[in-house]
Amino acid sequence: MTLSIIITAIVTILAAATAMSLRNLVHSVLALAVAFAGIAAFYLQLDAQFVGFAEILVYVGAVAILIVFAILLTRSGEAPDQSVLGPGWFYGIIVSALVFTAIGWAILNSSALPTEVPVASDATVKHIGEALMTKYVLPLEIIGLVLTAAMIGAVLIALREVSTAGGSRRESAPSENLSGLTSTATNSSLGGKA
Amino acid sequence: MFNALDQVFVNALHWLVGFLPEALRPLVSSLLAVAFVLMVFPGIFAIVTVIERKGLGRIQNRYGPNRVGIPFTKIRLCGFGQFIPDGIKSLTKEDIVPRAADKVVHFLAPVVMLIPVLLAYSVLPFGRNMTITDYDAGLLFFFAVGGAVEISVFMAGWSSHNKYSLLGAMRAIAQMVSYEIPLILSAVTVVMIVGSLNLNNIVAAQNHYTFGIAHWHVFTPWGLLGFVLFFIAALAESNRTPFDLPEAESEIIAGYFTEYSGFKFALFFLGEYLGMFAISGLGITLFLGGWTAPFSFLIWVPSYVWFISKLLGIIFVFIWIRGTLPRLRMDQLMNFAWKFMLPLALINILIAGIWHFMDHDWLRWPVCSTLIVLAYVTLGRGLMQNQKLGKRIYRFAE
Amino acid sequence: MLGEQIIKGMAVTAKNFFASYVSKDRLTTVQYPEERLPQKHHTRQFPFLVYDGDDVQKGLRCVACQICEKECPPKCIYIIKSKDKKVDYKGQMQVYPVTFDIDISVCMSCQICVEVCPFESIKMNTEFELSTDDRFGGLLLTKEQLAKPNSYYQKVHPEAAAESDAVIAAEKAKAEAKAKAAAEAKAKAAATVAEPAPSPAPAATPPPAKP
Repeated sequence: MTLSIIITAIVTILAAATAMSLRNLVHSVLALAVAFAGIAAFYLQLDAQFVGFAEILVYVGAVAILIVFAILLTRSGEAPDQSVLGPGWFYGIIVSALVFTAIGWAILNSSALPTEVPVASDATVKHIGEALMTKYVLPLEIIGLVLTAAMIGAVLIALREVSTAGGSRRESAPSENLSGLTSTATNSSLGGKA
Repeated sequence: MFNALDQVFVNALHWLVGFLPEALRPLVSSLLAVAFVLMVFPGIFAIVTVIERKGLGRIQNRYGPNRVGIPFTKIRLCGFGQFIPDGIKSLTKEDIVPRAADKVVHFLAPVVMLIPVLLAYSVLPFGRNMTITDYDAGLLFFFAVGGAVEISVFMAGWSSHNKYSLLGAMRAIAQMVSYEIPLILSAVTVVMIVGSLNLNNIVAAQNHYTFGIAHWHVFTPWGLLGFVLFFIAALAESNRTPFDLPEAESEIIAGYFTEYSGFKFALFFLGEYLGMFAISGLGITLFLGGWTAPFSFLIWVPSYVWFISKLLGIIFVFIWIRGTLPRLRMDQLMNFAWKFMLPLALINILIAGIWHFMDHDWLRWPVCSTLIVLAYVTLGRGLMQNQKLGKRIYRFAE
Repeated sequence: MLGEQIIKGMAVTAKNFFASYVSKDRLTTVQYPEERLPQKHHTRQFPFLVYDGDDVQKGLRCVACQICEKECPPKCIYIIKSKDKKVDYKGQMQVYPVTFDIDISVCMSCQICVEVCPFESIKMNTEFELSTDDRFGGLLLTKEQLAKPNSYYQKVHPEAAAESDAVIAAEKAKAEAKAKAAAEAKAKAAATVAEPAPSPAPAATPPPAKP
């Protein structure tokens, strides 16, 4: 158990470090996907199946692909020449180490931290679903609303601007792209007869 | 007797494992189960490649492969030995890696493709007591690993440094992401009705008989619609015609595996077919009653026989569709997914809810059926309304 | 309604699928090595050389004039003339090819060599199963491989062979008549020479070559 956790931890941290340090952005995304998968493996080792699978489904399946699309649509594939490390990387490491120590010390000495590990409740998917639909129904609905608003906003931004003065007829051509499934089917049946 | 035949693999596994010391048993048992999957499904893949070529040939009034039978004999077996030379050929061909390719990613892509596809088999119930891992959230696991296939497609397309590969990969990812939504939403109806994400429970819920007919979900109005949606989305997910834009030979050579040859190409080919079998297996489990028999007088047939024959039946329909329909255009594909499949899947969830709350009331049959027909006709008309047949206007090519 | 046409198309393909097992008329292809379609009337694949009689060396019509070699667009014919001469089918003394090679991996079956040949010597073959495991030597056909008897030509292209035979017969007859005329003239000339006649015989002796 501990051995597998250590292996998973090493893989995850290495993948995350690789994702930060590689120059080629696509390689970074692939390393990031490995890191996501490692986190999912952590959840699975803690018997949190739902969270683990959702992590794979959402992060490896969707978020990594989203980042890939963003990279491919915005910049050329050539890796930049300059180093991935900024000029003040040494001071940055010192500062972040200090901040990490401070936070860690504060957490470890906090009274809010339970001294004993509580017994993990049997959080099956059913329990999660029931909790979401009863106790946490309001946050769930609010999140849904926020996401819908975000999506509508994205669609609005992406929409083609309604023809300004110079909008030619050709600009409205995409409306014809709803060409039918029936036409293809007719063609095939004709082909079959011939 | 029937029970013994039904459980022959399970008992054989227990018997084999029984010889081993206690500590080794879980490991060896899981290894044997994995070996079973690795033998049976690639075997089906080998047969299906021949069936597909023969079926397409017959649809086009040709013979199809009918020469190769058992090697070194005159027995031809109607050409069903064709996969042996095909396999030898693809495994011994030269493995060409383009000079500009990203070597590591190019090498890893077929492996990354095959791993999630094989993982997906771990939750499918192939027969009574024949599930490798009985996850509580098995359905979620299936969709989670299915989502990881997209990464491999992208890796293959991007690392080849070929415009056709990249185009194919972009098409494939856009298509898979779009059709994953109706796929999952159509499966959600089953989860709602059964109340479990465990695939064994879903099969068990369909293993009842009224008047000798099984309670398969496909025999209910919402189940029929859900199955049709699932089937279409599965076609698109496995990149089969008419949704084979990612590898459209006439447009972009072979899509994301244009630059693959030899063993790696064989891995992609295998991965694609195994993915198709897995998703068909999931469709069988969700809607066609898994390993159960359709009629109560047929329950003496072993459960795995039912599963495999249902699988082959679905594969045959896949081939039939491939022989019939031409390829869609990209905009047609996207319109179909977002303007027809997605709303219909959402409406189907609503209908499944109505079905659930009108429990044991015969009225639920006409009500749900009417709602489905209404939704189908309305959405279908909406999809076909804006179509303007005739000369296509090109925006940039002129 | 949406999907209606898809169902119709599926019905068509299903009909094709099952009917192709029932009626053999639907199948447009044949099982090649066992079943063969009759060849087209003027089938042509690669050239061959015709010889008369039984002896290849003696009966070969080719006189190594090299017209075909010069006309061949892909330059797949290679001829070496002989130093000595032999009697050809017209009874005249002619050179003959010592080497006559056709590289059928280069040949494009255009039939120009046949068109230009004045001696009815090179003709097109109908043989098409020429695969070999030696892609250089095996596809370079030599004179011995190319030479086929006239009876073979009569078998593969009966009409064209009859035409060609008629041409040859006519030429032969002409040549014989000419030879006969020449012989008669010679005899007459000899007779006139024997008798003391001063008039010259222009028909028999060729006119003196002009510089």
